[in-house]
Amino acid sequence: MNDIGTAAATAIDLVVTADPALARIVLLSLRVSLTALLIAALVGLPLGALLAVARFPGRGLVLSVLNALMGLPPVVAGLLIYLLLSRSGPLGPLGLLFTPTAMIIAQAVLIAPILAALSREVLEGLWEEYAEQLRSFGAGRLRAVPTLLWDGRFALLTVLLAGFGRASAEVGAVMIVGGNIDGFTRVMTTAIALETSAGNLPLALALGMVLMAIVLLLNAAAQATRQVAQRAGA
Amino acid sequence: MTKILRRGLLAAALALAATGGAAAQDRSITVASTTSTEQSGLFGHILPIFTRDSGIAVRVVALGTGQALDVGRRGDADVVFVHDRAAEERFVREGFGLERRHVMYNDFVVIGPAADPARIAGLTDTTEALRRIAGARAPFVSRGDRSGTHAAELRLWQQANTDPAQGRGQWYREIGQGMGPALNTAAAQGGYILADRGTWLAFRNRQDLRVLVEGDARLFNQYGVMLVNPQRHAHVKAADGQRFIDWILSPAGQAAIASYKVGGEQLFFPNATQPEPVS
Repeated sequence: MNDIGTAAATAIDLVVTADPALARIVLLSLRVSLTALLIAALVGLPLGALLAVARFPGRGLVLSVLNALMGLPPVVAGLLIYLLLSRSGPLGPLGLLFTPTAMIIAQAVLIAPILAALSREVLEGLWEEYAEQLRSFGAGRLRAVPTLLWDGRFALLTVLLAGFGRASAEVGAVMIVGGNIDGFTRVMTTAIALETSAGNLPLALALGMVLMAIVLLLNAAAQATRQVAQRAGA
Repeated sequence: MTKILRRGLLAAALALAATGGAAAQDRSITVASTTSTEQSGLFGHILPIFTRDSGIAVRVVALGTGQALDVGRRGDADVVFVHDRAAEERFVREGFGLERRHVMYNDFVVIGPAADPARIAGLTDTTEALRRIAGARAPFVSRGDRSGTHAAELRLWQQANTDPAQGRGQWYREIGQGMGPALNTAAAQGGYILADRGTWLAFRNRQDLRVLVEGDARLFNQYGVMLVNPQRHAHVKAADGQRFIDWILSPAGQAAIASYKVGGEQLFFPNATQPEPVS
């Protein structure tokens, strides 16, 4: 209990004093996870919408694989990206290992299946509601995809938040492909792992509290945006 | 929709380019090193001095010695700075690294709970201490991660003519993690553990752990540095990497190492210029 109290005090202190090292780590965390989210969304959401409307043989299998990929362990995703990006791997000449770009790629790989699978789920419900209507306008299934994405945008916001949560919370992948290099690839989660290793448990927990506060703020902002937009729309 | 898509793709490409571009511009080298040099705070103390003098940023990836050497083998680092002489010499012999040089040393210590159920406190013979721990079947936490400290521990068991594998899963606990997590485990379980003094001094979550055996010549811990062979991996930044090695072996680099203290205690002792110590 005493440790948790110390951690809370440390967390407040870190935020109030705007600790520059902490600021750099927080900014890098946000940059990496938000960029990964953007990339994963560009792939995952259209894919989810397509799967929601398309009917083809083997669709069930594809959905099962996609759902299983939601549980891809970060450390496995990290290892795969590591082997691809290593100088001895197929993409070695790019020299991306141990850079923030490698971390973005790993997180995007990790969350794209989540975005695809969850948006498929959400949009399939919408599709069932609208299918008749859309077809009566003569729109083909493929043409319905943009409409679905647009009509489902508020539900998809939750999907995006789930993806962001997964990206910003994982440590296994970014540790392996980023290397936790001080001032270059150190993010919130790897910093927490490092401080835990150094036995500096209150500081580690304080960093965890700061991370949670940031995620909470982002969620609240997204929620507020949604409400304002919905009210304006209605 | 296609417009949104196109704009989004462009933004993603730009974002990726921005992160990649910034990485390419800086003059930097990547050093694969050990958790002991990073977590003890040594690098935080000496690297800014090197960067100030040379304009070269040093990016340290801190791993166990075995893993750090693997990173070097794959060509993912320019310099390897670790502490397992036998493994380092193999690395050079196999052609992955150029000349290996002594940099500094410190020592290992045997740490255990204050209650000391195996009664090893004050011994100066580490092998005797290990025999007593095995005899008492007292919990012993092993790194189990092919690190330099793990290699040293296995060597010590061998010198003690004791095979800890018989206690595996019972009193001999291999956790496959770094020095810090291993110390956290020992603290939680009241176990014995072999640790490098640097990490121990910088470690905060000691609970009732303390140093029980030290000062044995067998506990000597030598660090070495080598450049990854640019003939194996053409992209290795040989000139800048060599510049770092030359600096750390120079009087300026050696003085920087000697000046790093935690709580008034010197953690690492430079010995680049001294004759080989007996290990």
